[in-house]
Amino acid sequence: MSAVTAGAIDQAARRPKYGSMSRDRRWALRWSYFFLVLFAIFFLMPPIYMFITSLKTSAEISAETNPWWVYHPTLSNYIELLTAPSYLMFFRNSAIVSVFVVTITMLISVPAAFALSRMKFWGSATLATGVFLTYLIPETLLFLPLFKMFAQFNELTGIELINRWWVLLFLYPTLTVPFCTWIMIGYFASIPKELDEAALMDGANYRQILTRVFIPVALPGLIAATIFAFTVSWAQFLYPLAFTTSIDQLVLPVGIITTLNKGDVFNWGQIMTGALLGAAPPLIIYAFLMDYYIAGLTAGATKG
Amino acid sequence: MVDAVIGGVRATTGVRKRSGFRKAMQRKSTIAFFMASPLILLIGLLVLYPALYSLHLATLNKSMERFVGLSNFTFLFKRETFWMVVQQSCIFAITAVLFKAIIGFIVAHFVHNIPAKGQRKWRGMLLVPWVIPPAMSTLAWLWLFDPSYSAFNWILAVFGIGPVPWTGDAYWARFSVILVNVWIGAPFFMIMYLAALKSVPEQLYEAAAIDGANWWQRMWFVTLPMMRNIIAVTALFSLIVTFANFDIVRILTAGGPIDKTHVFATWAFWLGIQGGDIPLGASVSLFMVPILATAAVFILRDIHRRGNEAS
Repeated sequence: MSAVTAGAIDQAARRPKYGSMSRDRRWALRWSYFFLVLFAIFFLMPPIYMFITSLKTSAEISAETNPWWVYHPTLSNYIELLTAPSYLMFFRNSAIVSVFVVTITMLISVPAAFALSRMKFWGSATLATGVFLTYLIPETLLFLPLFKMFAQFNELTGIELINRWWVLLFLYPTLTVPFCTWIMIGYFASIPKELDEAALMDGANYRQILTRVFIPVALPGLIAATIFAFTVSWAQFLYPLAFTTSIDQLVLPVGIITTLNKGDVFNWGQIMTGALLGAAPPLIIYAFLMDYYIAGLTAGATKG
Repeated sequence: MVDAVIGGVRATTGVRKRSGFRKAMQRKSTIAFFMASPLILLIGLLVLYPALYSLHLATLNKSMERFVGLSNFTFLFKRETFWMVVQQSCIFAITAVLFKAIIGFIVAHFVHNIPAKGQRKWRGMLLVPWVIPPAMSTLAWLWLFDPSYSAFNWILAVFGIGPVPWTGDAYWARFSVILVNVWIGAPFFMIMYLAALKSVPEQLYEAAAIDGANWWQRMWFVTLPMMRNIIAVTALFSLIVTFANFDIVRILTAGGPIDKTHVFATWAFWLGIQGGDIPLGASVSLFMVPILATAAVFILRDIHRRGNEAS
């Protein structure tokens, strides 16, 4: 079906002079919109249903009425959650962790990307490839050895690392730094060499070249990397699930899942509200910085 | 060129006396190494070391006191669940990537077809599933699949179709985890393929049209060859991520019913963290390495080829 419509459009686009073609093209366009609407419904249905459920009371959720419609809209779920100390704590934990992780990631990956793209040293080419390879190592492979390593570290030094929220500040950069370094290498490499040569001629040192030339010029890449680091650390689920257990140490995704479904009765109104509010920060950032977001997404695979 | 310039700079500033150490600190490669050292430390300590350490862990017994060689692996090979997990991981990853690629490809074409000024809006709307944290959106799916209040079953009931056990029946649960994964991942493919479509030069289509190529021929001989690289790299990337997926299966089914939807990551978590047998869990997760390594080799080859083309 799609083939037929797309074909018609292409034909029309290639040979726009024929009168019947323009009619074909109009129909093809209508079909395109029709299918786009279908796909948009498929893609947007879960978040919309989250929103619908979040406006319902528990009584209405378990009633035999149309689940896709809100008969008695209420904000009580939002009010309850935003006044519940535990939810606010999850939110705060998530925010603190994400902000720190973004900062750490940028402090590590930007200088490293600068060094790897401009200042060759022994093994720098291998390291650049290695950075990319570490990006391909999933966290699901590392969490068990890391768990054991932290337990051993505790035996050696007496410092407890498990069930501490700040240990996530060490773990999340393993997911964000390789990718951010990689796309920053790509952005830095695209800056013409003449620019930093001119700066060197003017007597700038490397720190000045980085902060005065490279960072301003590669700012779009920097923003894309920042957004990526934030979304990854906000969404990360496995590490907090494995490494934190007590309620005051949990971040948002784990907090919602472990505390809101208490007992046998799932309080779906609150779970959906919590999930929707938890999805809000990345969505808001995406809404405002969509072009940077997409640039980062495509740079990762096209430059790498 | 740069070196010569730096040499010149150093010669002029090097009039003042400096110790050998400070001179070494001023050298470009030394500075570069220091700038990259946090990265090296992070990767070495928290990625490379644990990766190698898991090899060692896999050879220990449950209490991690005794070396047991390969008996963790032979134990796994004898368990039926293990083979089920292998099978399910492969089915899950391959089917999901296939459908993500197909849906992404189709949607990318539709977006590409409509007038340029509307594309941004549609693209923005269709990428939403990728932006929402997977843990949150999987919760929404879990609620949509709820055994007693499923909103899907309500719609199906309107058409007289009986309640579907979305997460209760083994086959439906397998379908559901794949569906959710496709829902989350297809927008990523759409974005990548859309970028690739836009990079195909219009002249190629014009030339093909002049030669009388029909739609299929243009797709087969122009679009697909031009997009081949992107299609391959995106699919390989996604294969790695999907194969190592944890969030969706963990939240939607937690491996159930009766372990039928466990993939490597969730089963390793189940054995290692919840079951307390870290070595066995590490052995399970090590089985992800071959497929990851294969995909990584292909991706790297592509990068090197493109790097050579560029230079």
